[in-house]
Amino acid sequence: MKTSDIRRVAIKYLQAAMLVVALSPAAWAVEPNEMLSDPALEARARALSQGLRCLVCQNESIDDSGASLAHDIRVLVRERIKAGDTDQQVLDFLVSRYGEFVLLKPPLSWHTVALWGLPPGVLLIGIVVMIVMARRRAELPPAQALSAAEEARVEDLLRGQGMP
Amino acid sequence: MIPELGHYALILALGLALIQGTMPIVGTRSNDVALMSMAAPAALAQFFFVAMAFGALAYCYVTSDFSVVNVYENSNSQMPLIYRFASVWGNHEGSMMLWVSILTFFGALVALFGTNLPLVLKANALAVQAWIAAAFHLFILITSNPFLRIADAPLEGQDLNPILQDPGLAFHPPMLYLGYVGFSIAFSFAIAALIEGRIDAAWARWVRPWVLGAWMCLTLGIAGGSYWAYYELGWGGFWFWDPVENASLMPWLAGTALLHSAVVMEKRGALKVWTILLAILAFSLSLIGTFLVRSGVLTSVHAFATDPARGVFILAILIIFIGGALALFAWRAPLLRQGGLFSPISREGALVFNNLFLTTACATVLVGTLYPLALQALTGDKISVGPPFFDATFGPLFIPLTLAMPFGPLLGWKRGDILGAAQRLLVAAILAGLGIVAAFALEHGGPVLAPFGVGIAVFVMIGAVIDIAERTMIMRVPFHAALQRALGLPRSAWGTAFAHFGIGMTLLGIVSVTAWGVERIVEVKPGETLEISHYRATFNGLFQRPGPNYRDVVGLFTIHRASGEYLGNMEPSRRTFPSRDEVTTEAALMTRGFSQLYLSLGDPGKDGSVAVRLYYKPHVLMIWFGAGFMFIGGALSLSDRRLRVGAPRPAKVKLAAAAQPAE
Repeated sequence: MKTSDIRRVAIKYLQAAMLVVALSPAAWAVEPNEMLSDPALEARARALSQGLRCLVCQNESIDDSGASLAHDIRVLVRERIKAGDTDQQVLDFLVSRYGEFVLLKPPLSWHTVALWGLPPGVLLIGIVVMIVMARRRAELPPAQALSAAEEARVEDLLRGQGMP
Repeated sequence: MIPELGHYALILALGLALIQGTMPIVGTRSNDVALMSMAAPAALAQFFFVAMAFGALAYCYVTSDFSVVNVYENSNSQMPLIYRFASVWGNHEGSMMLWVSILTFFGALVALFGTNLPLVLKANALAVQAWIAAAFHLFILITSNPFLRIADAPLEGQDLNPILQDPGLAFHPPMLYLGYVGFSIAFSFAIAALIEGRIDAAWARWVRPWVLGAWMCLTLGIAGGSYWAYYELGWGGFWFWDPVENASLMPWLAGTALLHSAVVMEKRGALKVWTILLAILAFSLSLIGTFLVRSGVLTSVHAFATDPARGVFILAILIIFIGGALALFAWRAPLLRQGGLFSPISREGALVFNNLFLTTACATVLVGTLYPLALQALTGDKISVGPPFFDATFGPLFIPLTLAMPFGPLLGWKRGDILGAAQRLLVAAILAGLGIVAAFALEHGGPVLAPFGVGIAVFVMIGAVIDIAERTMIMRVPFHAALQRALGLPRSAWGTAFAHFGIGMTLLGIVSVTAWGVERIVEVKPGETLEISHYRATFNGLFQRPGPNYRDVVGLFTIHRASGEYLGNMEPSRRTFPSRDEVTTEAALMTRGFSQLYLSLGDPGKDGSVAVRLYYKPHVLMIWFGAGFMFIGGALSLSDRRLRVGAPRPAKVKLAAAAQPAE
């Protein structure tokens, strides 16, 4: 990969204190000269870009990445938008070209069911476990009151310790 | 000579760790007090030798001894002293040295200050601590030795990656590691409790200060890293849901859950098994974080620890410690008796609710981070899981969590009065409503849901204030009486209020900057003016400025209010490092209240023009000030009298230690 985009990646490594030996020329994401003149179309392009992965970067969107590939895809997205594609058509085009890997939000399908299902699944299981535990706790016999003999013994012990 | 001494000291530390990991355990099995008592001095000696090794490495860096490969590759004699020192952990080998240094430092603290711990618990915990240390000593010595020499020492080093030449390097990694590794203490105590097969409320009291301390450091470490990225990146992003960030967020979430469940255990003797599990999970996630980053599994293309031997070694550490701990948990946890009845609507219930959502959030981050790796390994399919996934799953989990947050401290133990709590939070709800209305009225654009985010944040913040107001009865008793009550409140009550207030503040910052931040990406010629929000930035041209080991091309901008009032200059720059022929952008920031103007430079054009990115970041500083409040909250809690002197006195401890495990 080009050195120009390692900068962002490097920073990310930093964030977990894991320090990268990487080259990092100051590269930029969206450049002024690649932006569309129509603000409405440009806004659509930006919104789409944020959900598209820069394929050579570590989980970075093309909107944030300074990589030259990200630049190319940004320009491509804008070309399709100018040509009159809807947002969905742009995405479909990119998926047909680069695969689902390009989407930062994976669509629900047989191989992402576990991914999307896990958060609500864990929550549901957690709630069920909580209810079961609460029931079980409620069924426990209440702590038994001390018998008179035990009370007396406690009194004795406490007095023995020099307490009232 | 010095590097060899360091190397030798590290080998001695490994030997000591092996002794510390075995003898005390033998002692607890055979009831031999002498063997058990070996743990503390062994831990101190081990720390002494690791500190010696770390000191040796630091000495090589500070004196620029380029005959050491590690120094040659990551340092340069022209760098300021602070960076020469901080470069010690600016690379793989050195950061692992920092890891073990902190680990053994904590071990030494337990040995030194754990004088009121039952002997058996202390011996077992220090032994577990030593196993972890031994594994990492071996890892360093076998695969990542920082003390290797070059035959012909070069005159000058290759320099530290320019991006790391920032004060952030001196602060961020050590804080993060203090957090990561701090959870190892909770882990060791949990394993020790499982080995012993007994646990009581006092356990939570011993462990809680460590968890609090680790959590505080991790909070600051994450916030510091986030701010560093914010000003260093050139476009003001503060969180990216990047796997490496997630690696630090997961232990934080688990640690936050642990902090809360330990309260229940300490006060009410309930949730024991769950607390033990969380203690294991928090450190396991720290280990996974280390693994994710160190092994290079995340990035096949530009991983910086591409050596597969390291990856396999760390994977082995991971499997042995996490697998072993969970197996031990499954085997021994049924021995631990549950206690403490409570109704669902109670302080305990609220803390269970907190734990439920925090662990789900943690599981969400974990699956989002590992799923693409697992899928690719199993089926070969490549998918990406990025910010939109986390926004859609993690975000909704935080809404009920934050909404419930103000209720928790207002509910009583065992059985709470939710209507009463709701009544007392009425003011907060009204103010939150006003916040929503104000956000709708004052801000235009942005997502429709954003004002409700403001509402939740205000509710949390005011809720924290109400908690203190209720406890001091400030509206019902004369002021001086309320003041007396305020001084008499347990510090942990103040801690809760501060930390919860901080969460609200961070949320407010995140919502406003993501919803209402403004961006201008344009090319400007000298003399041109950009308008953004209520401000105007005029570009006056570029000039050169030399630095110690770099050169700056600076853009000079004057900033005015829209009304014309002059506010100051902003000087973003492009910084060239000749030693590596690299360029970084140095953004300029201007703080206005909690908001900031953010300016960074792109490529200069031929005609004196330059591409700039100018941002208005409303209330962005609240994100990190909020983290500061959380830290202060933790510190207040940590200073609570109960935690300082609350654990049983030594006389009683001897009795407890003499008694054999009963359950």
